Amino acid sequence: MSDTNEELRVSKIRDGTVIDHVTGGQALNVLAILGIDGEGDETVSIGMNVPSDKLGRKDVVKVEGRELSQSEVDVLSLIAPEATINIIRDFDVVDKNRVERTTSVTGILVCPNHNCITNADEPVRTEFEVFDNGVRCSYCGTIVREGDVAERIDARGVGETAL
Amino acid sequence: MLEDHLISAAHLSRDDIEAVLDRAESVDSAGRAGHGSHDGHVLALCFFEPSTRTKMSFESAMKRLGGETIDMGSVESSSVKKGESLADTVRVIEGYADAMVLRHPSEGSAKLASEFVDVPLVNAGDGAGQHPSQTLLDLYTIRENAGLDGITVGIMGDLKYGRTVHSLAHALTNFDVRQHFISPESLRLPRNVRYDLHEAGAQVREHTGLEEVLPELDVLYVTRIQRERFPEEREYRAVAGEYRIDNGTLSDAHPDLTVMHPLPRVDEIAPEVDETARARYFEQAHNGVPVRMALLDILLGGDR
Ligand SMILES: [Zn+2]
Repeated sequence: MSDTNEELRVSKIRDGTVIDHVTGGQALNVLAILGIDGEGDETVSIGMNVPSDKLGRKDVVKVEGRELSQSEVDVLSLIAPEATINIIRDFDVVDKNRVERTTSVTGILVCPNHNCITNADEPVRTEFEVFDNGVRCSYCGTIVREGDVAERIDARGVGETAL
Repeated sequence: MLEDHLISAAHLSRDDIEAVLDRAESVDSAGRAGHGSHDGHVLALCFFEPSTRTKMSFESAMKRLGGETIDMGSVESSSVKKGESLADTVRVIEGYADAMVLRHPSEGSAKLASEFVDVPLVNAGDGAGQHPSQTLLDLYTIRENAGLDGITVGIMGDLKYGRTVHSLAHALTNFDVRQHFISPESLRLPRNVRYDLHEAGAQVREHTGLEEVLPELDVLYVTRIQRERFPEEREYRAVAGEYRIDNGTLSDAHPDLTVMHPLPRVDEIAPEVDETARARYFEQAHNGVPVRMALLDILLGGDR
């Protein structure tokens, strides 16, 4: 079965973004990265554990009327390294990119060190350097292992809006 | 790097370190008083938590350079208490001074502050994070007593929470130094520090007892094991007792061993050791002045 057919299982969108080939089980974390908690007015559809030739099982997230910021893409690359980002305009894919692992991510992630200055009430976005098996806070040096990165996503989007 | 701010010893290259130590050495040999090249320069002392010695050491250094110091005073009496952010505080104070020294209880505070100011900023301790001027004076003391290449250094005590230790260990990776880490299992080097040392090409050798490495050491750096790291008094006494040194403990050491300690000590080094040529911890504390003079001189753009 091709991926194109599978995409039909989730309703089509007119304008927005389809994040495909998300590592199975990570769809809700993708929503957290986007700061989507159901309180806003975005139309969102999610496919979870969709059979995939490439990944075995994958998740798909479709968001109407929304494109991703670079920070969002950077964090996405940590939890779903195989993800592809499709920009949709008028039901057509106008741009398709694979996420790329970056050397650092800003915003979105929260430092687990409560005594880190980024957790105080300061006008600063978090910043983490990315290395082979995790990320490290550029301010206090605390390391978050790759498997724990999803837990550090600031679901309230504070990391993003603090500035 | 050094022409900007001094935030972390980890950012210092061997050249940076040597530039400071060489300058400190020339300050020292000329006599520490009267380097009046910074007449009219003002250093702001921003201590968000008390550290009288570090503050006095910076004050002494600036005054011996011919400059002046201004002091933010205690946090209780300042705008910080009214909820002002660190970013705002330092942006106000930078207008009063040519350089600033920051001591703050949160890790990463110095990096954050440096992003908001244009005057050189020296980190004088950010929570459990970095304290690079302490590291420089440690390196200076090691260099004066044992040289900085082809030596073996043992660092003993609380290696988990001791930021002095972390900074020193990082900095030593710039030199040909074999490092041994001696601590109780519960207070060994944290994972991120081990990772960094490993990345820097150092081999981290950890021990639970001093005896096995003591004869190899040129320098023994002792730190305090604090009571509050242990849930029970009994456990603390048992552990701390094993990491205490006296002349008996040191009988197997190399005759030229240099014993260092960031001070204050409690009882981890017996007073009888003070009388021996090995004891270098008071000299180490005094070295804070020429090293900070050198540092401030470089950051304030003294002649190179
Ligand atoms: Zn942090």
